[in-house]
Amino acid sequence: MSFFFEVLIAGLLSGVMYALVALGFVLVYKASGVFNFAQGAMVFFAALTCVGFNEVFGLSLWIAIPLTMLVMVILGMAIEKIVLRRLVNQPEITLFMATIGLSFFIEGLAQLLWGSQPHKLTLPIEDVPIAFLMDQFNMLISQFDVIAACICAILVLVLALLFSKTKIGRALRAVADDHQAALSVGIPLQHIWAVVWAVAGFVSLVAGLLWGARNGVQFSLVYIALKALPVLILGGFTSVPGAIAGGLIIGASEKLAEVYLGPIMGGGIEGWFPYVLALLFLLVRPEGLFGEKIIRRI
Amino acid sequence: MKDERVIGPVILDLQSISLSFGGVNALTNISFDVREHEIRAIIGPNGAGKSSMLNVINGVYRPQQGNIIYRGVPRKDMNTYRAARSGIARTFQNIALFKGMSVLDNIMTGRTLKIQSNFLLQALYWGPAQKEENLQREKVEQIIDFLEIQHVRKTPVGRLSYGLQKRVELGRALAAEPTILLLDEPMAGMNVEEKQDMSRFILDVNDQFGTTIVLIEHDMGVVMDISDRVVVLDYGRKIGDGTPAEVLANQDVINAYLGVSH
Amino acid sequence: MFYREAGQFKTTYAADSQIFPIKQDRIGIALLFACAFFVVPFVAPAYVISAILIPFLIFSLAALGLNILTGYAGQLSLGSAAFMAVGAFASYNFVLRIPGIPLLLAFALGGICASLVGMAFGLPSLRIRGFYLAAATLATQFFVVWCLTKISWFTNSSSSGVITAQEMTILEFHFHTPASKYVLTLSIVAVLALLAKNMVRSNIGRSWMAVRDMDVAAEVIGIRLMRTKMLAFAVSSFYCGIAGALYAYAYLGTVEPEAYNLDLSFRILFMVIIGGAGSILGAFLGAAFIILLPILIDFITHALALPTSVSSNLELMVFGGLIIFFLIVEPHGLARLWQITKEKCRLWPFPY
Repeated sequence: MSFFFEVLIAGLLSGVMYALVALGFVLVYKASGVFNFAQGAMVFFAALTCVGFNEVFGLSLWIAIPLTMLVMVILGMAIEKIVLRRLVNQPEITLFMATIGLSFFIEGLAQLLWGSQPHKLTLPIEDVPIAFLMDQFNMLISQFDVIAACICAILVLVLALLFSKTKIGRALRAVADDHQAALSVGIPLQHIWAVVWAVAGFVSLVAGLLWGARNGVQFSLVYIALKALPVLILGGFTSVPGAIAGGLIIGASEKLAEVYLGPIMGGGIEGWFPYVLALLFLLVRPEGLFGEKIIRRI
Repeated sequence: MKDERVIGPVILDLQSISLSFGGVNALTNISFDVREHEIRAIIGPNGAGKSSMLNVINGVYRPQQGNIIYRGVPRKDMNTYRAARSGIARTFQNIALFKGMSVLDNIMTGRTLKIQSNFLLQALYWGPAQKEENLQREKVEQIIDFLEIQHVRKTPVGRLSYGLQKRVELGRALAAEPTILLLDEPMAGMNVEEKQDMSRFILDVNDQFGTTIVLIEHDMGVVMDISDRVVVLDYGRKIGDGTPAEVLANQDVINAYLGVSH
Repeated sequence: MFYREAGQFKTTYAADSQIFPIKQDRIGIALLFACAFFVVPFVAPAYVISAILIPFLIFSLAALGLNILTGYAGQLSLGSAAFMAVGAFASYNFVLRIPGIPLLLAFALGGICASLVGMAFGLPSLRIRGFYLAAATLATQFFVVWCLTKISWFTNSSSSGVITAQEMTILEFHFHTPASKYVLTLSIVAVLALLAKNMVRSNIGRSWMAVRDMDVAAEVIGIRLMRTKMLAFAVSSFYCGIAGALYAYAYLGTVEPEAYNLDLSFRILFMVIIGGAGSILGAFLGAAFIILLPILIDFITHALALPTSVSSNLELMVFGGLIIFFLIVEPHGLARLWQITKEKCRLWPFPY
């Protein structure tokens, strides 16, 4: 029984990390109506850049991280200026495909700058089982996972509050709803987008560091971020609590499926299970758990 | 010219139609009929439920209560496909053309129910599919001639002016050779000349093809000129029904338009 | 400047609806075909045929398939490689388990299997749209490839999961030279391209485009959404399935699931975007572009004596950058650019 909880908790913890990546998607989508397929590439880029500063330039992590943050902000602003501004009134699908192109570009750039070998990233958080839980409940849960989940949870909470309670948050929501209308009310569109992409970059950095420390900084990081898609489908593309709920559900179900269904089906279920789950969910509720129902009038 | 037509029996009978969305009542207990070959106008202030009424007639919305009796047969399960099959065609308030296609292709899509060959024959093209395609092209060209849009037939509709787009949309509806034509504000946004042209087309359609027409229109002059009978809606209820002259003399109708609270 | 359209009047609708209404275009295409069939196999070096022409044809076919689904019918799909895989594996199993089956029939049956899978995974499109659908197609991509890897019946219980494709044989003639494989592939692709062109200029093509542009209005005029969308998935997957079978038999020589990964799906999508969505010619232009571009980049990196890792990363960046470029500048892709160029050439030196 405790094994079940162990798997469940491990799943929930990774779910929180998925939620963080999904949050990056939600923010950009809410603020600019763009589904940023490149979020995964940004996670990869952030992690690789940080490791690059650390290893190639010998900078300590305390310097490398803020430096990478700066790079991500600049990257975000460049994306907004060069790509998004030119595609302002295009249909969503065009913007989506542009971000697919963007993701390829960023992946190539990251590897061009820092090389394609996997890197190890060590954060000052140890990956040891929590002694208390081990002794009392016989459960193997890593300290790293718990702390990572806490960091993510705090970040998610802060962003959620920022979005709903502050003036900037209101402006972001206005922009997401209608660019033209927001402009006409005097909201500085470009500043807002710069803020949003900066936050998305920050989120990517945190996610990149945490995932990278866990699994190594390598190309497969991009696919982990791709997993955020089922999270969004479940949670709805426009909802912050949805991203959290979706992340937890996907994280938990993925691990449980792999452990309990995996042996029957030959293993490797993690690769498709979240997607199929999301697909089945979409059939029942096309707009996700918390998403807004889209009503089209003719 | 209008007096030469013979207005037939009732072809569409709407009984006690009620439609609501969530808590909002769009239509409440509306009943009226439409006779074959006539031009029936639906008028009323904005938000009165006129478009919703058309949407009910061609199956876009299902009313919570009420009956639609078409050609004497009650239709319990009217949906858009069945409506199209039954010979009901329509145009929309905000033009619903296929922006990625040319005028010719847009109107050809209106023929879709008349085309028999399946996709395999069409893939082969040469043979029965080609013959049918050319036949349909002929019919569509007749409509293009009728609406005087020959000069733009290969142009993508997105590039046309608003007035021309409305004409193309009318053409697409006509391509289905409908029994009933529902027009949702066909003159909206047009200048006087364009309105005259559109009125002429509507009258010609009614005259030459005998198509029954139900139209929503705001321009009272047009309504007076071309319609046989008028239904007036206000806040989802019927407040007037009769010839244009009768309706315009109706005090309730006058109050509704002048904004007298009621 | 090479020729004028003036003076070529059409007196029948049949003449107006031809694929190539201008006489000079018809002559040009005829020459192109003659060259492709009768000159190239004898003249082109084996390397060019195997590494450039054959994959170009195969990818064009896959891009055609995706174009029908995404470009014409408007259903965004990121799972084309999965349908290719189904076609490849199904064909392999038909050839393996039904001795003496004609090769083309095996391919066709493989395509039909891909169609069935396509329709099954296309059912969600009746409820979901846009990038929700794209995300759902990712489910197709990952799940189908997983199935083909894990279920040993598909791979004939091969331990490594990699199977050698059987040699292609039609009526005792063995296709083992690059030139012969090329001619076979060319014939199949030419026929299928013609069928596709016919479909998109007929009622089914218009129905697809109507569904893409405004499906609510399409329903109102009598187009049955389910049938139209399912047909788009079926035809598109059929084309991808045949392309997948050819990919295994005429190009790779092996039938392996890993060859049909997400990366391939993205490549095909890029071909459609760059070549021009909603255009038959676009599929070919896009495929040519995607095939030739890596070669060009390789050439540049070698010329500048940079390490090979640079070229693969540069490739990613150039692809990504070009996608963005095309979406900003010419969303209708190379096909539209070609059209504009032709018109300008015809009118030159007049401006319009």
